[in-house]
Amino acid sequence: MSDFRTPLSRARGLGSAKHGVSTWLFERVSSITLVPIVLWAVFSGLKLASADYQAARVWMQSPVNAVLTLLLIIVGIWHMHVGLRVVIEDYISKPLSRAALLLLNMFVCGLGGALAVFSILKVALSVGGLNGGAL
Amino acid sequence: MSQGKPGAAKARPLSPHLQVWRWHITMWGSILNRATGVALYVGALILAGWAIALASGQDAYIAFTGMLGTPLGLLVMFGLTFSLYFHLAAGVRHLFWDAGKGFDPKLADLTGVAALGFAVVATLATWAIAFMTGAL
Repeated sequence: MSDFRTPLSRARGLGSAKHGVSTWLFERVSSITLVPIVLWAVFSGLKLASADYQAARVWMQSPVNAVLTLLLIIVGIWHMHVGLRVVIEDYISKPLSRAALLLLNMFVCGLGGALAVFSILKVALSVGGLNGGAL
Repeated sequence: MSQGKPGAAKARPLSPHLQVWRWHITMWGSILNRATGVALYVGALILAGWAIALASGQDAYIAFTGMLGTPLGLLVMFGLTFSLYFHLAAGVRHLFWDAGKGFDPKLADLTGVAALGFAVVATLATWAIAFMTGAL
């Protein structure tokens, strides 16, 4: 006999992690949210592609542009964090490599997202002007 | 797993893998959806880099957008445009599947071709607009 646990304890200890539904739902909700935001982003990207630095800053100082860009970054990075997590879990089975990659995924998404959010807020909230607020 | 001879787990049948399947459109759709998702991961980091450059001042912004304007940068942006449109269409396709619709093999093939066609046409249209508005 290799297992001393009672049948009840075994049943309690196994099974799902109990948060699969919320992960599944988040994937769908973020997908639906990203559809209009991404279309807006392509439209904006086309406008910004022919704009210079000053025009890009002015663009980012519009509340609608700043908020939608923030949503694009936040929802987009969250969505891709969940997505790449699934890819890593599917293909990498060595526990240490898997843990390392999952951690790296989280750090890259967290750092990239935080830097982008701060940068957008910095430009959006700076008071106009030449080189507004940049050191 | 608890019963049978040791090593029996190894002899169990494996799920069919790439070399067993005949390539078909729904398979392409699935693989491309993953591949474009991973590509968009890089795309999101480029977007974050753009925001950081914008906040860091004119020199950084010119250097960053200059990098995107090189032939390699434009190739990457073209690939990302395709990835965005394909992942978008494939995502909508998945949402219909989640609602229990579109599983009929013929329809699944059709929506797969449609997603691919949409991505190609929308990518070319976007770059045509970029060319006409002087972004290139």
